[in-house]
Amino acid sequence: MKADPGLYDYWPYRDRPKVVWPDGKRLAFWVAPNIEFYELDPPPNPQRKAWTKPTPDVMPYSYRDYGNRVGHWRMMELLDRFKIRGSISLSVALIDHHPEIIQACVERSWEFFSHGIYNTRYCYGMDEAQERAIIEDAIETVQRATGQRISGWLAPALTHTERTMDLLAEYGLTYTCDLFHDDQPTPVKVAGKQRFCSVPYSLEMNDSITFNVQNITPRRYVDILKANFDRLYKEGEESGTVMCIPLHAYLIGQPYRLEPFAEALDYITSHDGVWVTTGREIARYWLDNYYDKAAADIAARAT
Amino acid sequence: MALDPSYLRYDMRRYGMDHDRYTWSPLPTRPNVVWPGGAKVALWISVHLEFFPLNPAGTPFKLPGGMVTPYPDLRHFTLREYGNRVGVQRLLRLFERLQLRASFPTNAAVARRIPSLLRDLGGHELVGHGRDMDHPHYGGMEEAAERALIADSLATLRDVSGQAVDGWISPGKSESQRTPELLVENGVRWFGDWINDDMPYQFVTANGSLVAMPHSSELSDRQILIDYRHAESEFADQILDQHAFLAREAAATGGGRILALTLHPWVIGQPHRIGALERALETVLGSAWNVTGGELCRVWEAQQKLSGG
Repeated sequence: MKADPGLYDYWPYRDRPKVVWPDGKRLAFWVAPNIEFYELDPPPNPQRKAWTKPTPDVMPYSYRDYGNRVGHWRMMELLDRFKIRGSISLSVALIDHHPEIIQACVERSWEFFSHGIYNTRYCYGMDEAQERAIIEDAIETVQRATGQRISGWLAPALTHTERTMDLLAEYGLTYTCDLFHDDQPTPVKVAGKQRFCSVPYSLEMNDSITFNVQNITPRRYVDILKANFDRLYKEGEESGTVMCIPLHAYLIGQPYRLEPFAEALDYITSHDGVWVTTGREIARYWLDNYYDKAAADIAARAT
Repeated sequence: MALDPSYLRYDMRRYGMDHDRYTWSPLPTRPNVVWPGGAKVALWISVHLEFFPLNPAGTPFKLPGGMVTPYPDLRHFTLREYGNRVGVQRLLRLFERLQLRASFPTNAAVARRIPSLLRDLGGHELVGHGRDMDHPHYGGMEEAAERALIADSLATLRDVSGQAVDGWISPGKSESQRTPELLVENGVRWFGDWINDDMPYQFVTANGSLVAMPHSSELSDRQILIDYRHAESEFADQILDQHAFLAREAAATGGGRILALTLHPWVIGQPHRIGALERALETVLGSAWNVTGGELCRVWEAQQKLSGG
């Protein structure tokens, strides 16, 4: 076990090479709905239990199922209203369970990236072959169902191994959502030397952290989103920033939360300097235009 | 079955404290201290630079902010790192604009890992803060091990920064029975682990004088925003209320008071939080005397000597 994962070098958020997003935009805004499937009775992982009560743990299981049956459809309609294409953090097995959701998202040209097979199957304790198997499953299953080859990864239930990033890069993925060290994309060091980056996803703006952990009110969620946006938008004038809103339909899709939330989307998308985009497009643009500059700047500062 | 009779013996039952570390001293009975320019409130900001290892031993206990999930907890590790690369830069920029100086309790591991960050601190004050957030000092700790931990932590900060570094906050404010002695032995003049006062006071050690400074665990972004889950605007209100009360008390007594504010870049340095701090500091600054811990300690000490206290 290591004290430091060694995935990136120190790079202070100051005087970095200037990032400008397409068409002169200064903030890349993306929304990442987590479309998840939790199993009612998953096999146990030695390091983490899926549910706290004996099977069936009805309340938390059905709470999440609400997202797929009800919340998703409302959330999707809301994103349509603001012309936002979601970047889906997908429990890949949901393709088999709920193809109607997949079809609706394909029709909207939303991006699909992998969030593991189920959100109740954790990576703790996997050997390399097992971790390769879930990555290959994700690539093949998503490609077959959507025609898209996945570019991004958010580890199932944020569970990793020491080799996760190396494997993702080896399979040709371009970005990870699992690192929370920055407000801009940064290079991620991988064994195979591929160009691989971190695209800021956010736990701070994540509805699951704000509602389930911080227990905040829907209207305070709007305040937080606006404050986060205001600061990143201002700083984006100096060098382009990224703001992500990760969502879970079982949380944001509750009727009493959706209306306040619409206000935040309206506020953000009404600013001229906002590039409303997807995770894959941010990674692609940044890798093509800024990866080399970032790497050179980091190397220069290290000397 | 009864308890042993010794259970009803009270050896330290006496006037004052049940130990000899410091003198019992109710705040209203103390001589006044005054701040330069007649300021009512001294604004002392502490910004903690911490390193939380991905593979904590947690021996003999975990400190607040450490890893949460099974290894590798990239989620919490990288969020703490966010503070040292992004959040702290937001704070430094704010301090520069408002011309504020702060104290930076800094783990030696941060100094070793990111010496350039210490250089970015310029005229701010570095304060000893142990090795990292997985090396607490604790009762029963082996003396030689603690001595080495303190000596090494201070030497690292002094070497990297060139500053004298004579202040100390223990990681998690956890101490062994002999931490104060070992601090004095290593050239520490003030420390901020005991949260029992709003003003400095004299702490007794076998090795001589040590000043206990009122570093705050109460008016702390981590406690209020993370532990208590209060809103950012509430945090700002609490800073302003603290200031208003202390200013009134100073006016009423004629003696200066201290607004100690404790910040963690991984908490307050987030884009949605920094604005609340900015608004609070802009207001407080209108009347407060901004000072670092070391300077505040010296101003207080000088007046103790004059008054013979």
